[in-house]
Amino acid sequence: MNRDPKIVAFLCHWCSYTGADLAGTSRVKYSPHVRIIRIMCSGRIDTAFVLKALREGADGVLICGCHPGDCHYQSGNDKALKRHIMLKQMIGQFGVEPERIRLEWISASEGDLFAKIVDNFTEQVKNLGPLNWKETMRPKSGEYHEQT
Amino acid sequence: MKKIMIDPITRLEGHGKITIFLNDEGEVANTYFSIPELRGFEKFLEGRPVEEAPRIVPRICGVCPACHHMAAGKAVDAVYNVEIPSTAKKLRELFFMGEFIHSHVAHFYALSAPDFVMGPGSDKAKRHILGIVEKVGLEIGQKVLTYRKHGHEIMKRVGGKCTHPVYNVPGGVSRPLSEEQRADVRKMAEECIELGQFSLKLFEDVVLKNSAYMDLITGPVYRLHIHNMGLVDENNKVNFYDGKVRVVDVKGSEIAKYSPQEYLDNIEEHVESYSYLKYPYLKKFGWTGFNEGEESGVYHSTPLSRLNVADGMATPLAQAEYEKFYDAVGGKPCDMVLAMHWARLIELLYASERALELAVDEEITSPDVRTLPTETPSEGIGIVEAQRGTLTHHYKTDKNGIITKANLVVGTTNNNSAITMSIKKAAASLITKGKEIDDEVLNMIEMAFRAYDPCFSCATHSLPGHMPLQVTFLNPDGDTFKVLTRS
Amino acid sequence: MSKLNLGIYWAASCGGCDVAILDIHEKILDVNDACRIHLWPIAMDFKYEDIKELEDSFLDVTLFNGAIRNSENEELARLLRRKSKVMVSFGSCAHTGGIPALANLYDKTDLLNRVYVESESTVNPEKIIPTPKTEVEESCLEIPEFYDRVYSLAQVVDVDYFVPGCPPNPERIWEVLELIISGKELPPKGSVIGATNKSLCDECEREKKDDKKIAEFRRIDRMIPDPEICFLDQGLICLGPVTRGGCGLQCVKQSAMPCRGCYGLPPDISDQGAKMISSLAPLIDSNDPDKIKEILDQQPDLAGYFYRFSMSESYLERKKP
Ligand code: SF4
Ligand code: SF4
Ligand code: SF4
Ligand code: FES
Repeated sequence: MNRDPKIVAFLCHWCSYTGADLAGTSRVKYSPHVRIIRIMCSGRIDTAFVLKALREGADGVLICGCHPGDCHYQSGNDKALKRHIMLKQMIGQFGVEPERIRLEWISASEGDLFAKIVDNFTEQVKNLGPLNWKETMRPKSGEYHEQT
Repeated sequence: MKKIMIDPITRLEGHGKITIFLNDEGEVANTYFSIPELRGFEKFLEGRPVEEAPRIVPRICGVCPACHHMAAGKAVDAVYNVEIPSTAKKLRELFFMGEFIHSHVAHFYALSAPDFVMGPGSDKAKRHILGIVEKVGLEIGQKVLTYRKHGHEIMKRVGGKCTHPVYNVPGGVSRPLSEEQRADVRKMAEECIELGQFSLKLFEDVVLKNSAYMDLITGPVYRLHIHNMGLVDENNKVNFYDGKVRVVDVKGSEIAKYSPQEYLDNIEEHVESYSYLKYPYLKKFGWTGFNEGEESGVYHSTPLSRLNVADGMATPLAQAEYEKFYDAVGGKPCDMVLAMHWARLIELLYASERALELAVDEEITSPDVRTLPTETPSEGIGIVEAQRGTLTHHYKTDKNGIITKANLVVGTTNNNSAITMSIKKAAASLITKGKEIDDEVLNMIEMAFRAYDPCFSCATHSLPGHMPLQVTFLNPDGDTFKVLTRS
Repeated sequence: MSKLNLGIYWAASCGGCDVAILDIHEKILDVNDACRIHLWPIAMDFKYEDIKELEDSFLDVTLFNGAIRNSENEELARLLRRKSKVMVSFGSCAHTGGIPALANLYDKTDLLNRVYVESESTVNPEKIIPTPKTEVEESCLEIPEFYDRVYSLAQVVDVDYFVPGCPPNPERIWEVLELIISGKELPPKGSVIGATNKSLCDECEREKKDDKKIAEFRRIDRMIPDPEICFLDQGLICLGPVTRGGCGLQCVKQSAMPCRGCYGLPPDISDQGAKMISSLAPLIDSNDPDKIKEILDQQPDLAGYFYRFSMSESYLERKKP
């Protein structure tokens, strides 16, 4: 990849965000190419957010929630899991590598794990190359052109 | 060399284009007919579950969606190797007759009748459906609109939805017909028979009894010596929903009779880079270019060819008309392109009679409308007779019933070569040295392709208006020197 | 009152939208009284030149159906936008790409090859593919350029209103025409008209379970669905939850078949497929990833169901080239 990968990470407030925070405060180093977005629960992530992120320029999307059974809202992470698997299946039909999206469970105490996953995912996305959805989707010359 | 462009043809600007080249003698050297449109259903059906195909393919054409729905439905049954219950078969056919009624009524009254009822040389401003209404009376005009609606209403009663039906499912149809719905359909079918008879009477009075029209119909300009194709039942009677495809040559001898699975042994398609529409031909003869005659691969698939390949009609009133027809045109096969209009009316009567037969059938309200498939899906071909030609859908699937390949040979496509040739003939007969090229040319050409009810014109079906033609005459450098339009 | 100047046009269309307009039947005469129709290819004579000669904004309203599939569709869209005060994107194809936009899941070359070279019945040893310009003996013949994907109308020109449906229900069409003819104030620009603001499920009369669970995805090829119960409750995919109401329940009720979403997105939904995943996935009756995968494997064509009519307007729009 000739540029750094752009990764968007949705982190649930109760566990994963705290875990990431811990990684930060304990100065665990991890790949800087991640833009973290905090949400209340992984179950609150609308699939549209993920697709929109990919469309708007993300090369990969990481979703982190509490471990199974630990969701603050009981079953938010179960929903996230099911959506994730379904979305993975569907984006393949659009020629988007399913490996560009990833779902992980991170507890509040797993700062190290978070750092490791981010590094690993960044590497994975880097290997896939840039997605550049918007640019690639721009119509070919002669098509859908502004009239002069 | 002069180039004449007719762009657009028919009522749909831009969806069809004719280019005629004249030689230095001022005679027609060559004619090209281009279709500028492709949507590519053959490709994007791939990957879809095969039972979705009957829901997707109607969008090939909103004027004859049921044809595609039926061909797909039959292909899907074949994919699952399932025999549908006889009630389901009858219901599908009944539904299909609704579309034949709607489409044939509309074509005749909105498109063909103006030329005949008003006369090819009549005031253009009156040569449309409103002109007819004026001539035959408002009451009848309204009736015509009502019957077109009947066609649609029959479809709705039977299948729930007319434009873009979702009725066919693997092994049958989605729901049975209630007694109440049957009663409605029956009443409408009865009225449609009346209209069919009336229309034939009208045709007889204004066309057959008029020697000028008969000269036009029987004259050389509108004759095309090509092979004939159409679907027939086990008694070789015309059938729209089911049977075998019969091909009869220019002389009237059967040269092929094939079941859907054998279509690839019988037809092939040719491609030209100036049109998005392919040119099917009989495999037996190969692609022989745009030529008439016994050795040519060109055939047509129209109301006329369907009558030509059949030994008769399966309903009594239509059969009587069929006999009368061949008496008048001098036997089979008939090669008069304009006789298609007449043939279409005989088909309208048949469709109405058939609709009534089915509507009063004991079995038609049986709840047994589905046989659940049990076999592993693989490959299937479905053929029906669309209003505008024999329609073939061919699907291959994986073992889960996901489409891996789809191939479609669509109604109007069959007639692509024939239309090209009819246009050329009409043009050649009128564009001669020293004769001014005028509005008459437009009308003659227009009449040539309109007879085919070509669907890229998706030719329509109920409002005033007629073919918008613009012929641009170009000098050898390609500059326009004359433009003729009709309005 | 002077007559409204009306235009109706089809681009990459099946003609079904025009037939649906004709299906307002007798009321077409009212339209005829109130409007002067300048352009309607399916029903009357017109020429490009006539439209070009009109003053800009001459047409009060243009109903534009069909998607943008080739260069000619685009040209006409631009021309009519210029000539129209109000541009209405009419029917699913114009609104969101419609069925033709399923082609966005394939490359243009693959598509052309399939049709013109590979197809079982085609004999084309020279691999001829239709092209915009063909030199023939006499001269050069031109046809429009086939684009590499399907666009919605709004992706090409500015659109004022959207009428959803494939085709729109004639009753709704009449309401729209009546509104236009009445001269009453039109809703804000960008509104969807000729449909309700509810979801199809809100209008559906089928019996629904509150606590939906999907233990397996089923397909209609292997079952006869119960006519009274919600399709989703029977494991059949139905796009009701992510589809706008207003069609008259033509599939789910009249035809006893599940909805495929032709009325497009209900208000506040940005992507039909994404929303469908968000609402459908949680119903899967397992929390075990392997089991979930197994259930999903029964439905290998999610994109083809969820974007049956709305591919052009989805976030991803098309397959990566
Ligand atoms: S929206 Fe449906 S009916 Fe209208 S043109 Fe498209 S496919 Fe045809
Ligand atoms: S999912 Fe379909 S069947 Fe169920 S309520 Fe909604 S529209 Fe009706
Ligand atoms: S039920 Fe769904 S697919 Fe059927 S007409 Fe209504 S909105 Fe369209
Ligand atoms: S609160 Fe963390 S996943 Fe629900």
